[in-house]
Amino acid sequence: MLTLTCKDSPQGAFDIMESLINFPASIGRYTLGIVSNIGRAGVFLGLTLSRLFHWPFPLTEFIKQLNFVGVRTLPVLLVAGLFTGMVVALQFYDTLVRFGSVDLLGSAVALSLIRELGPVMAALMVIARVGSASCAEIGIMRNEQQFDALECMAIDVYRYLMLPRLLAAIIAMPMLTAIFDLVGIGGGYVVGVLIHGVSGGAYINGLIDTVTFNDVLMGVIKSLVFGLIIMWIALVNGFNVHLNQSFSGAEGVSHSTTTAVVLSAIVMLSLDFIIGSLML
Amino acid sequence: MNAHYGERQVLKNVNFSVAEGEIMVVMGGSGSGKSTLLKHLLGLQDPTSGSIKLMGQNIAKLSRKQMMALRRTMGVAFQGGALLSSMSVADNVKLPLRENTQLDENTIDIMARLKLELMNLAGFEDLMPAELSGGMLKRAGLARAVIMDPKILFFDEPSAGLDPVTSVELDELILQLRAALNMTMVIVTHELESAFKIADRITVLFDGEIAAIGSVEEIKNSQDARIQNLINRKPREKVVDADAYLQRLTAGGV
Repeated sequence: MLTLTCKDSPQGAFDIMESLINFPASIGRYTLGIVSNIGRAGVFLGLTLSRLFHWPFPLTEFIKQLNFVGVRTLPVLLVAGLFTGMVVALQFYDTLVRFGSVDLLGSAVALSLIRELGPVMAALMVIARVGSASCAEIGIMRNEQQFDALECMAIDVYRYLMLPRLLAAIIAMPMLTAIFDLVGIGGGYVVGVLIHGVSGGAYINGLIDTVTFNDVLMGVIKSLVFGLIIMWIALVNGFNVHLNQSFSGAEGVSHSTTTAVVLSAIVMLSLDFIIGSLML
Repeated sequence: MNAHYGERQVLKNVNFSVAEGEIMVVMGGSGSGKSTLLKHLLGLQDPTSGSIKLMGQNIAKLSRKQMMALRRTMGVAFQGGALLSSMSVADNVKLPLRENTQLDENTIDIMARLKLELMNLAGFEDLMPAELSGGMLKRAGLARAVIMDPKILFFDEPSAGLDPVTSVELDELILQLRAALNMTMVIVTHELESAFKIADRITVLFDGEIAAIGSVEEIKNSQDARIQNLINRKPREKVVDADAYLQRLTAGGV
């Protein structure tokens, strides 16, 4: 009823015409926004990585970040790894037992964890715990003029703050993934061997015989790329929090953090498929 | 110099100089362009036209390396302290020395303790910024700003948000610092009492333009009605354009 009234009135017709004219402009603005964001992120990464060759390397900050990204993610990662391995083994056991192939349980659990679930689940844990926290921390630092303060103290923000965080994520991520895989395989052993009575020797031998260097390499490459992507997206979103015209202050940080988490997860899963396709 | 935010001009033909060892207070109401001016003086933003010279060097023409070198001779105390929230007070104060000098940790410790003592913050070294009051944050920020014994100190709103007693203490501290270290200081504030107490000269900004520059007495005796209104805390007269007002009210169509 309301729409009909609008259409019938000259003002309503004018509004529709205006919307039609503005539509291409909106698409253009949106596209420009995306392109400039990608450009800014690229420049940010370039500037951060260029600081690898600047002296002095902020070792203390790097160790602090390695502790934050790696050591302090371990508890949640161990729990997630154990239950992921257990549930994967449960599902595989239920399927394999129908075909009389329960001896393949070890290799099935190990391959799915090492190639796929380990890197992806560990990355999701890091996004939830580290990516969100890093984005919020950097965003708050921006809002509280801490970057201005560092600049005024002649301390390079990219070298002092960004590089240690990025390197810590790239280094910690493969280690976390490896631990996730091991705990997951252990969880699979508990369900398969201890609960369902699959032969322990068959579980371990199947695992050793099936898993190749390429499977491990795929997991390592994925985790390295995910570490870089997660921290890059988190840092760049926090760093550019002040550029958001629609949200400022606490709301801006909240919005940036949400964007960083969602974007990291989507980009990580897309890259998981791409890397998997290239390496299989 | 002139500065713009997008299409809006925020600083118009701003031109002033500060002598060595002088305390110059930049004063003005909210939105007058004080903070924008400070950001330009610190090289955090570039003017649209004109130039800024610090210690004889045009900062727009300096390379990043030269700018970093210049910044090592400057100290900046931010309004809220801008301490790194993940570090203790002592670590914040030591940071410029650790990053910019080759001094050993014992010397850095002694220098940090000296500056914290000067700011009446002895005993608070191990506290985190979140555990400090507003006045303590400002003093810790000031301790960090002067740890490298800068030639120029910039101070953004030293008295803002402080109770009168703490505000007076901070003013005394600024004067003591100048007496002890003979620093040139540029202090941005909207607090009249504080400005009149610490300034050698005052620059008054209105709507991004300099309304007056002079000594405390000259500013107090200024004939400019805007300055007298500021000093006597009189609100600005509102000029209402009836047509524009009606248009604003009916925006969106009646």
